[in-house]
Order: sequence, then C-alpha cells, then structure tokens
Amino acid sequence: MALPSRVDLTPAAAELLVKLTKINGPLMFHQSGGCCDGSSPMCYLKGEFRVGGSDVLIGELEIPDLAEAIQVWMSAEQFEYWKHTHLTIDVVIGRGGGFSLESTEGKRFLIRSRLFSNEEWEILRHVQVATGAY
Amino acid sequence: MTDFIAPGQPGSKVVYQSRYDHWINGQYVAPDSGQYFENITPVTGKVFCEVARGNAKDIDKALDAAHAAAPAWGKTSGTERAIILNKIADRMEANVEAIAVAETWENGKPIREALYVDIPLAIDHFRYFAAAIRAQEGSAGELDHDTVAYHFHEPLGVVGQIIPWNFPILMAVWKLAPALAAGNCVVLKPAEQTPVSILFLMDIIKDLLPDGVVNIVNGFGVEAGKPLASSPRIAKIAFTGETSTGRLIMQYASENIIPVTLELGGKSPNIFFNDVAAENDAFYDKALEGFTMFAVNQGEVCTCPSRGLIEAKIYDKFMVDVTGRTNAIKMGHPLDLSTMMGAQASNDQLEKILSYLDIGRKEGAKVITGGERADLGGELSGGYYVMPTIFEGNNKMRIFQEEIFGPVVSVTKFDGFDQAMEIANDTLYGLGAGVWSRDINTAYRAGREIKAGRVWTNCYHAYPAGAAFGGYKSSGIGRENHKMMLDHYQQTKNLLVSYSPNKLGFF
Repeated sequence: MALPSRVDLTPAAAELLVKLTKINGPLMFHQSGGCCDGSSPMCYLKGEFRVGGSDVLIGELEIPDLAEAIQVWMSAEQFEYWKHTHLTIDVVIGRGGGFSLESTEGKRFLIRSRLFSNEEWEILRHVQVATGAY
Repeated sequence: MTDFIAPGQPGSKVVYQSRYDHWINGQYVAPDSGQYFENITPVTGKVFCEVARGNAKDIDKALDAAHAAAPAWGKTSGTERAIILNKIADRMEANVEAIAVAETWENGKPIREALYVDIPLAIDHFRYFAAAIRAQEGSAGELDHDTVAYHFHEPLGVVGQIIPWNFPILMAVWKLAPALAAGNCVVLKPAEQTPVSILFLMDIIKDLLPDGVVNIVNGFGVEAGKPLASSPRIAKIAFTGETSTGRLIMQYASENIIPVTLELGGKSPNIFFNDVAAENDAFYDKALEGFTMFAVNQGEVCTCPSRGLIEAKIYDKFMVDVTGRTNAIKMGHPLDLSTMMGAQASNDQLEKILSYLDIGRKEGAKVITGGERADLGGELSGGYYVMPTIFEGNNKMRIFQEEIFGPVVSVTKFDGFDQAMEIANDTLYGLGAGVWSRDINTAYRAGREIKAGRVWTNCYHAYPAGAAFGGYKSSGIGRENHKMMLDHYQQTKNLLVSYSPNKLGFF
C-alpha cells in the first residue's frame, strides 16, 4: 500500500483554491484550534503565517491547475489529538474566519473527518511528520 | 406573535438603517471601495441590512481620526472619563430592550439572555471601569531620604480591538470600557457575522463621546482586520478569536513591538464529584443546571462547559437526570422570552457543528440525546438551529479535544480525584472549568489543580466584573473583566527624582 494521505480536498475546495490563487498568489493552510472561527482550516498567502518547530506539515495538496502544491500545517500539539483521523478540506457557504482568504468570496473552508482504516494507520503510525523548524 | 417584535416589522423596538457605513470621527463614512456586504439574521437566514466592506484605506482613515483625538482624550481626567462611561451605562439602561433585540436579531441568541445577561453585564462593565479609573492611583516610593520614584499611569494612545460574533456587544464592551477608562482612543473591527449590533449601540450613545475616540470599521478579516492588526500606528492590539489568527496577530505585533492580549477559546471541563448527588436537594438541582449550561448561547461561548466529567458512582443516575434537564430545553423563536436556545450565529458555524456531530459518531461516541440539526418550522426553517446534544465517549476523542462552539457536551466518567484532574488537564486549552462538590476541600484542591484561568466552583457561566477572566496554555494571554485590565491599556511612567542638592562626586 502506498503512503496514505492525511489530508485531501473536495472538488469544490480545489476549485475555490484555484480561484483564490489567481487572485492572491500561492497559498497555504494552517489548521486552527479553539474559539469562534476556530477548528477550521485557515487559508493564507504562502509564507504569510510563520510556521516553526511547533508546527507539523500534514500534507501538500496537488491541484492540477496550480503550479505548486498547497502545504497544510497544524500545530504539533493539536496534531497529537488529530493524527488518527483523515481530513478532507471542503467548502461551504459562509462568512468570515479570522484572516482566511476565502471569506471575501462568501465561502468558508471546512474540515470533514474520518478515522483512518487499520491498513492506513498501520503505515502512518510509523511515519514521522516534518516540522517547520529551520 | 413573538414577545418582542422582529426588526423590520411595524412596532419593533429596533429600526435598522438599510445600509451601515463605517463610524469614523463621530460620523458615518462611506467605505473607500464603495462596496457593501449583506448582513444576515441567523433567526431566519434572511438579509436584513447592508454593511460597509472596509479595507486598509478605511482603517487608515479611522486611525487618522483616533490619532487626532488621542492627545486631548488622553489628557482628560479620570473623573471626566468616568462621568462619560457612567452616562453611557445610563443611556444603555434606558434602551436595554432595543439593544437586546438588536443583539438577538443579529446573533440568534435567546432574548432572555440578551435582555437579562449580556446587556446588563455590558452596562455594569462601563460602571465598573468608571469606578476603577476613579480609584486608581499612581505611587510614590521613597527609595532613600533624597530619592523618590513616582509612578504615573499614562494611556497607550491608539489601540486596535477585534471583536468576536458570539456576544457582539458584551465582548466589544469588555474591551472598550477599560481602554476608554484608561484614556485611549480605539479603532474597533467587529466580526463580519455580527457587524451592526455595536453600530446600533453607537447610534444610541454617540453624543456622549468626543469625535474620534471610538471608531468602528467593518469588513472581512483579511481586508480590514489584518491592516488594523498589522498597522504600525496602533500601540496595542486586543483580539478574541481562534488560535491561528491569534498567532498571526502576535506575529504582526512582533513586527511593531507592541503588546497583545488574546482570548483564544477553550475546552472546559465541568467536573461533578460523587457527593454532588448525596442528597436530592436544591444543591443537586443547581448542579444539574450547571451541567446544562453547555446550552447557554447555543454553546457559542469560549468557556462552554463542553466536557462533562462525572464520578463513576453517580454516573448512571446523574446522566439520567441531566438528560432529562437537557431534553427540557425549549428551542424556539429567539425573540420569545420562554425560548432557552436560539439559532447558531451563521451557516458556516452550523456546518462546522454538524461536521463534529459526524466525527463524534465515527469515533464511536454514543449520542445520548440530540445529535441533529433542528427544523423549527415556519420562517425559522431558514435559520440555523441545532438540538442540544450529549455525547458519551472518552477524552481522546476529537469531540473532547476541539472546540465545537455549539450546544454539544461530551461526557465521560472518572474514578477518584486524581483521574478527574488528569482528564481535566489533558487538553490544549485552559480558559474555564467547573468544579462541583459539597466538600470544600475537594472543591478547593480541584480548583487549584486545574490549569485554567477561571474555575467556577459550585457555579458556572457567571461573568461579573471584578473577577479576572483569561486563559492558561493555548487559551491566550492577558485578563479581562478586572481592574488589572487597566494595566493592559496603560504605560507606566516613572519619574526618578533626586531631592539632594549635592553631586555624587564621581566626576
């Protein structure tokens, strides 16, 4: 079995990311925790959010229409509680979410989750995730 | 017919403008872009007005006004500012019903909470900080016979504040009252889900404040919030919201070397020890209500008691009783006084809650009650309603670890004090907690052991001014709701004075 992905996209989310990239430039995600707009994937200009040793890179989203993959980050301590679940970034009608870029489109990225299958987890639990440390 | 007439209907206490501009320098100012966005009531899902879509130029205009007003406002006496804050409180009190209806209509909360809790607390908050600034003194330290250190409080100048949508008026007032009391001018960015409540309040109190002291710019976070948070022209930024934005705001603040205060949410444990059920009396009844507090404001509270920890011996009985109490929660039109739970604040919030109801089930948590979207029929069918929900599971599940910000409590049992503390502290957050016990020693030890800024002991969800509120761990930095908040909005000026006529003799 190939290395399973930890995070994927719905077609609607991919389409919105292509649009947002055209408007803004290359993008990144940082999965938020906590409070009002939290527990949601925040979409920023690539490099806008400074990641470091306390963050982990959980996936790189390849979208056919985009030249470079979109990195998805999460704080390492949050990942400890999330690592057994597969995430899918979806999009719904909504408004606002911190400084996430999609709000101007009347949209909101949303995480949908499922448990990893035993086969997937057997592989993933041995895989070290990269941090953002220099 | 609801107890309070909905805005837009004849006879309503609330008449909105069809379109709201920014509030800058004591007047409404059209947005630089000329663009507006639609403002939706979550009660019905319908648009009820339009709001200016701000950008960096609007923020700059607001900062210009604030900087122009700051020197004079900063030199007013604490007495003068206290008089103004008290007048604001009196004016709000005279208009409490209209303000409450406006907040309910924009946020979706039940009117009984807006009318009897949120707005009265906001009113009291102005009075508290009016009193605090009157009573605040600097100090004079006699360091030696000829040397005195004087300490003066000075305002920071112009500060930025970013407000969440769950209590659009109270959260704004928590930040405005100390900032104004301390002599600062403010540029405030409301949440885009609830942009108008604070402008509705401003219309009621606008003649009481000098122009430019409070400026309000609406818009999307990335277009208006970010230029405010990253501006080199603010002396401090205060934010309530979630962790990624909190980090980004700290990052911007580091570029400008300014202080931040952050309130970033929680996953608060609400702990019930065996002795709670020792008798079937008023205290037990109070504890059952304390558990059910997860439904306050539809669970859209940073301190929602979203993890219920019940000691094993009473678990079965307690769960039967709290499930009954939860099932008695009356959902309905938020403008009816008998409604206990209203609408979630927005469609995306509804969707997020539903996504957690989904992962909760997938992880094997058991739905004790609720677990679904609610359709309340009629015009409310378009609104965003969720049934109060109790999950049973374990603390490693994601519904125990993530802030759902909905009317959802995840329950587990524990054996003994140590395990209660272990589960309670097994979280990224440390904002609130609840401890319930008839034994004061147990309650005290638990309260000190839990790593959270606020431990309600034999109570929950009280927010009186005078009790410091803020987070440990990833829940933020700084405190609100207490006179120590003045420190977050003041510089310390030290004059070190020598009264000796003689030189040191070094040179």
